[in-house]
Amino acid sequence: MKYYTYFPGCSASHGGAKAYDLSARAVAKAPDVDLIELDDWNCCGSTPYTAVDELASLCSSGRNLALAEKRGFDMVTPCSACYVILNRTNSSLKEYPELKAKVDEALAAGGLEYRGTVKVRHLLDVFVNDVGYDEITSKVQNSLTGLKVAPYYGCQIVRPGPGFDHPEFPQSLDRLVESLGAEAIPFPLKARCCGGSLIISEEDIALGLINKLLDSASSNGAECIATVCPLCQTNLDAYQSRVNKKFKTSFNLPVLFFTQLMGVAFGIESQALGLEKCIVSAEKVLAGCLNR
Amino acid sequence: MEPRIGVYICHCGSNIAGTVAVEEVAQFASGLDSVVVARDYKYMCSDPGQNLIKDDIKELGLNRVVVASCSPRMHEPTFRRACEDAGLNAYLFEMANIREHCSWVTEDKQAATEKAKALVSAAVRRIYYQEPLETREVPVNSNVLVLGGGIAGIQAALEIADSEHQVYLVERDSSIGGHMAQFDKTFPTLDCSACILTPKMTTVGQHQYIQLMTYSELEEVSGYVGNFQAKIRMKAKYVDQEKCTGCGRCQELCPISVPSEFDQGLGKRKAIYIPFPYAVPNKAVIDAESCSHLKGLKEGKDVCRLCEKGIEKKGIAGCEAGAIDFSQEDKIVEVEIGSIIIATGFQQFDPSVIYEYGYGHYDNVLTGLQFERLSNASGPTSGEILLTDGRTPESVAIIHCVGSRDQNYHEYCSRVCCMYSLKYSHLIREKIPNAQIYQLYIDLRCFGKGYEEFYNRLQKEGVNFVRGRAAEVTGVAETPEEKGKLVVLCEDTLISRQRRIPVDMVILSCGLEPRADAGEVARLVKISQSADGFFLEKHPKLDPVATATDGVFVTGCCQGPKDIPDTVAQASAAAARVLAMISKGKVEVEAITSVIDEKLCSGCKICKDLCPYGAISFDEEKKVCSVNEALCKGCGTCVAACPSGAITGRHFTTQQLLAEVEGVLV
Repeated sequence: MKYYTYFPGCSASHGGAKAYDLSARAVAKAPDVDLIELDDWNCCGSTPYTAVDELASLCSSGRNLALAEKRGFDMVTPCSACYVILNRTNSSLKEYPELKAKVDEALAAGGLEYRGTVKVRHLLDVFVNDVGYDEITSKVQNSLTGLKVAPYYGCQIVRPGPGFDHPEFPQSLDRLVESLGAEAIPFPLKARCCGGSLIISEEDIALGLINKLLDSASSNGAECIATVCPLCQTNLDAYQSRVNKKFKTSFNLPVLFFTQLMGVAFGIESQALGLEKCIVSAEKVLAGCLNR
Repeated sequence: MEPRIGVYICHCGSNIAGTVAVEEVAQFASGLDSVVVARDYKYMCSDPGQNLIKDDIKELGLNRVVVASCSPRMHEPTFRRACEDAGLNAYLFEMANIREHCSWVTEDKQAATEKAKALVSAAVRRIYYQEPLETREVPVNSNVLVLGGGIAGIQAALEIADSEHQVYLVERDSSIGGHMAQFDKTFPTLDCSACILTPKMTTVGQHQYIQLMTYSELEEVSGYVGNFQAKIRMKAKYVDQEKCTGCGRCQELCPISVPSEFDQGLGKRKAIYIPFPYAVPNKAVIDAESCSHLKGLKEGKDVCRLCEKGIEKKGIAGCEAGAIDFSQEDKIVEVEIGSIIIATGFQQFDPSVIYEYGYGHYDNVLTGLQFERLSNASGPTSGEILLTDGRTPESVAIIHCVGSRDQNYHEYCSRVCCMYSLKYSHLIREKIPNAQIYQLYIDLRCFGKGYEEFYNRLQKEGVNFVRGRAAEVTGVAETPEEKGKLVVLCEDTLISRQRRIPVDMVILSCGLEPRADAGEVARLVKISQSADGFFLEKHPKLDPVATATDGVFVTGCCQGPKDIPDTVAQASAAAARVLAMISKGKVEVEAITSVIDEKLCSGCKICKDLCPYGAISFDEEKKVCSVNEALCKGCGTCVAACPSGAITGRHFTTQQLLAEVEGVLV
């Protein structure tokens, strides 16, 4: 059994990406990965908050790290934004002693301290590098043979490097998709921005970016997109109809969390994977592989 | 004899005197033990400066001389010679470096003066214990080994062979010619590369003083300057080179096609092949890894042999000369030589690691060398510039500095890419007059004779110069015009805009890098590599072809990126150095060597294993080690390692070094 401190983040636990949390917990069981949720966790510090008040964001992020440090395991999160923010806090506290002093003071007020020893990892990293492709293949009950998947990494888990994969040409999700029996199609925009939170403030720009992604995936023959990030999933799935309207396109591409694809391949029932929460239904493309 | 020491403090104009109070240092030196005279002078290295030393030796009976001036790398030979002229052994001279080690690096005048005094005091104390040593001379074998048959090796080999000295030219491939044989035209004169190279290649092939060893690799080198022994592996060619007429029939019969290395994978060659039409020697070889008969033999099968036997049913004969010989094996040849010229060249940077540029992902993204082959009349398209689908490109982007001037890959400038990129523009313009051509550059470095003029000419030929490093080459179209094109993204820093340039073909002007196995070659001949991996010359400015190992010279791109004129000049320079050695007929070998006291030696052989020059041997009868002084470089490794303290480094004895340290401290 491998043990991790699990940090679901707000999107996956309470927000629109509930299916991510559900499916992550469900698929972790098969290869003996124990995701122990961090008690009393709070906001990761979040990108917009960092822009408004950096110190407060660092304190918020630091509190999670301090709590995790007590447990001693690697801290794993399914959310790309949490992954970036928590890692950035780690490096900021190491690099800027004057910031660390202020954060330490805030943590001390809450009876906490942080020594900087927690390793923050993305859930994809754990599955790919700790569990391994062979182990994942050995758990497959319904091979996804024939399913054409666009592996979408988004920008945050690969940049800024060096992370666990190549910043311009990542491969880990491609290999993971293949280890489930599916085909990872060539997807040149696999590490490009989905628009992120601009979808709220600058919708036209974000829709343009989403359109490019959907166009590239579908023109390369994808039947669905696999994502590793709650926000990417929301933007590509929930705004697909708006893209269709704005650009007069007719995309109908289900956007699934990679953990959902793993779950389907592992033979876990679709309810437990939150598949019904997809706005663009995945039922048709997964029809051949689903356990009912 | 009681030491009588003379000390001379050099002003070096204002280089030293500007920071160090030289009179004060001379005054200080005159008070040191055994110092008979101490003077300061404006330029010690000048004739009057040297005469000062010579006169004092004769008139004052000096038997030790210290000069405090620049680095011994500059003028130690000068002053040693002056001492010898006046009848003093060169090793009774010592130099204190009060320029590079003192005046140039110390701003505070008082501190500089104190430091100069300490360095002079150290030299005076040290020289007290120095002993006369004798340099020895060994004869020079006039045979020369040239490693690498590109233009550098060819030029060096010809210069030496023309003066009627034997050259062994060792080339890894089956033909000489190197990269230059692959090029189409040369910049800026637009000479056909093959046309100017092949006369030299054929001269090499026919030269009575050149033994050409192609398809061969250097395996081992032993010995020392003037007297090296080299072992060369001549790989089995499976074709009797005496019998082969180069008719090419075997290539037509062979059913196995593999990508041609010479054509950079754009064309095919057979398993039995002559790499290109003007190859020297123009004889076939069989690539054992592709040949189905040779592969079959390993499994005990007898298959194919079409090249040998022909196709009987159709009445087509095989090799008429009967040259095919599947029984050949590698041969090891030993040669004796006096000097070695390393001319192993470069390899092109592999752009597939820069994923953003799409090499290997998209069709019609080419490396520089691939374009050379595409544009070459002997290339896979007979010189027509074509896309993979057979169309003629309407637009081409040439991206500069791929792998060069980039801290992610190579920090250095590869020096030739700007110019060959300009040349490509011209070749494209010539063959496709209406093509849109874009040069994406950071800076244009057109530094050679006629290069700037060539750049100006290209501007007039209507090439688009875009100043900006390309960010990406993508096939993802954003507009209808971009559909089906490669789009080059960049920031055009001349107009401060982001640009998307749709083109049909992208050429990556890849930099030059050291060959992947340069480290092995360096170990074989015991030379060093600089941080970028190229072979290290003895001095970057004043000794650019010699190396730290006497008798081993470097030339061409293995020493650093350079164009053909510079390569040829450097190759001639290396040849001149070798010829000077041969002409003198003897070389001086270092008098500073190690010596083993047999009485103290326990025969543990630690020194023997550590010696980087193989200079130590073990006497089985006496059970002690001894040093071959001809091989010893005086590096001192054995001295430090000997657990019994049995080894002394001449000129660096414990007594001398401790006295030097004391001199600095008091």
